[in-house]
Amino acid sequence: MSVNSIEQFTKKEYPYGFQTAIETDVLPKGLSEDTVRQISKLKNEPPFMLEFRLKAYRYWLTMKEPHWANAHYPAIDYQNISYYAAPKKKPASLKSMDEVDPELKRTFEKLGIPLMEQKKLAGVAVDAIFDSVSVATSYKAKLLEHGVIFCSFSEAVEKYPDLVKRYMGSVVPYTDNFFAALNSAVFSDGSFVYIPKNTRCPMELSSYFRINTEGSGQFERTLIICEDNSFVSYLEGCTAPKFDSNQLHAAVVELVALDHAEIKYSTVQNWYAGDPETGKGGIYNFVTKRGKALGNDSKISWTQVETGSAITWKYPSCILMGDRSVGEFYSVALTNHHQQADTGTKMIHIGKNTKSTIISKGISAGQAVNNYRGLVEIRKSAVGARNFTQCDSLLIGSTCAAHTFPTIDVRQPNSKTEHEASTSRISDDQLFYFRQRGIRTEDAMNAILNGFCKEVFVELPGEFAVEATQLLGLKLEGSVG
Amino acid sequence: MLEIQALHARIDGKEILKGFDLKVKAGEVHAIMGPNGSGKSTLAKVLAGDSHYEVTKGSIRFEGKDIASLEPEDRALLGIFLAFQYPVEIPGVNNASFLRMAYNAKQKFLKRTEVDPIEFDEILREKLKIVKMSADFSSRSVNHGFSGGEKKRNEIVQMAVLEPKLAVLDETDSGLDIDALKIVAQGINTLRRPDNAIILITHYQRLLDYVKPDFVHVLSGGRIIRSGGGELARELEKKGYELIQS
Repeated sequence: MSVNSIEQFTKKEYPYGFQTAIETDVLPKGLSEDTVRQISKLKNEPPFMLEFRLKAYRYWLTMKEPHWANAHYPAIDYQNISYYAAPKKKPASLKSMDEVDPELKRTFEKLGIPLMEQKKLAGVAVDAIFDSVSVATSYKAKLLEHGVIFCSFSEAVEKYPDLVKRYMGSVVPYTDNFFAALNSAVFSDGSFVYIPKNTRCPMELSSYFRINTEGSGQFERTLIICEDNSFVSYLEGCTAPKFDSNQLHAAVVELVALDHAEIKYSTVQNWYAGDPETGKGGIYNFVTKRGKALGNDSKISWTQVETGSAITWKYPSCILMGDRSVGEFYSVALTNHHQQADTGTKMIHIGKNTKSTIISKGISAGQAVNNYRGLVEIRKSAVGARNFTQCDSLLIGSTCAAHTFPTIDVRQPNSKTEHEASTSRISDDQLFYFRQRGIRTEDAMNAILNGFCKEVFVELPGEFAVEATQLLGLKLEGSVG
Repeated sequence: MLEIQALHARIDGKEILKGFDLKVKAGEVHAIMGPNGSGKSTLAKVLAGDSHYEVTKGSIRFEGKDIASLEPEDRALLGIFLAFQYPVEIPGVNNASFLRMAYNAKQKFLKRTEVDPIEFDEILREKLKIVKMSADFSSRSVNHGFSGGEKKRNEIVQMAVLEPKLAVLDETDSGLDIDALKIVAQGINTLRRPDNAIILITHYQRLLDYVKPDFVHVLSGGRIIRSGGGELARELEKKGYELIQS
């Protein structure tokens, strides 16, 4: 195959668009207080959880779906979504990995996610989430030897209710926004991580989210707590089958870092993006991610590679409360065809001498729209705070768009903020230059894209950097012009 | 090596080359001179296969093979190199990796082993000396933030790395001060070999004081109107293009 101009460069099939045939328990579509109670009952939750859910649900009823993002879609019918779907076999009863439904094992293997320990991604522990439930978590026992808790959210509610009670909603309260309130009411599962004092988590932790059932939504919750002097690196990946209808994925992620603790959170998001030609279907990825750098000298670092979803609406943020705490946001957001992304971050400086870095790379091709939206807030208390922001946009072809909406709010004169922005376009002249040197267009595109994104890719853990590099190439194959 | 016959080419519907003929043998250096708008750069782009230009008539044979319908990268792999008049900037891609990609593309085409970054560094170090480029050049982005002179020297470095059979240098001398011109000219002379050929496209005679061509052609109105040896360039310098045309 030879691809020669920018126009031809993005027509690769979505390789994860298959659906697994597996018996599933699905709650009927619709949302009411009863639905919330049913979810809580299905999960055998203690009363405090049900209370939390109901408060959130009642609050949600008073809210309006927000439409301030620069993304356009018809109003979502919340009565036309099923809020719970789970494979019939009860995962909670599993004693070991060997008991995982072979069909599920095959599914995750097909997605390149090994559930079996000692497999190719040795050194990475995986929590695999299928529709509404966690189906397997590897290396649980080994991690526990180090005091590290890595399990599904449901298990955490059952086994570590005090930790959950103490931290759930402490970073993203259910009153935060419309989708966070909805999530708080109906969330079904997710990952839970707890790193005790003076512990460096001995392996990479990762969660893999898979939506499988048509008409269902996925509402997961992740909570990561790092005690004093601890460190964890966590990665999440996401895929979904191709359906003609849109599916809602409204997650909440909360991170808490205490004194001298560091959380590194990476995302490689490749949800189904909808039909390339018509834009039909695809995931609405409306996610609230926030980290609280609570302790002095703590650090929270977000790295995201967003390549999928019909619409992405997410702003992984840092609340820098501890003195000298550090927040980082490294992002590559790629939109192609009819995708829309409105993504960025918020850095809220509260503690003294806090420091934040924002590196955002937006790539837009086809008819896609890519927006960076960011807030840098330096409060009166944040003496000596510093922020550096760099927002770069790369356009491929002439029918896409890129916008940036930065907000900088400084209340402390003894502080420093810097903002740099650029917009560029991959030109046919650049491609011709490569080709005149004997380099094919695909390779040239990849070189240019990787050059554009490398400041972000270096932040990804090991093998995932390579994966992200390849993913970008695949996503844009066939779209140059 | 190269045989162009009755070549007609146009861009945006406007015919620029109108019956251009040229024969180049291995070991030869040809200078093509001509006033602005005579078709010099068009010739360079057409040889390299720029799709903005359309060949309407005539043929381009390279080592006996008609290349007029080949893709630019395929022509490059056969050994045709164009030193651009305006080298494009490629932010984010560093020179060493760009050159290694190009070098390995050629290695692969010739069914030779591709080289890793460490092996390539050795190769590149030697080549940089040809145009007196410092080693930090390797880690800079391709042409990004380069001065005019550095960009032109970079084209010669690339030529040195890729060792083309036929190099077309499109106004490589323009915009160079005298010192840079000497460095570039020395570079070209170093790369001049019995088994390769060079076409120098230039507006001025001054480059030809340093790189002695075997043949000089005067291009006007899309055709060669006079050919001769080195003395023709000096005559042009004295009389100007208008007198030659009349």
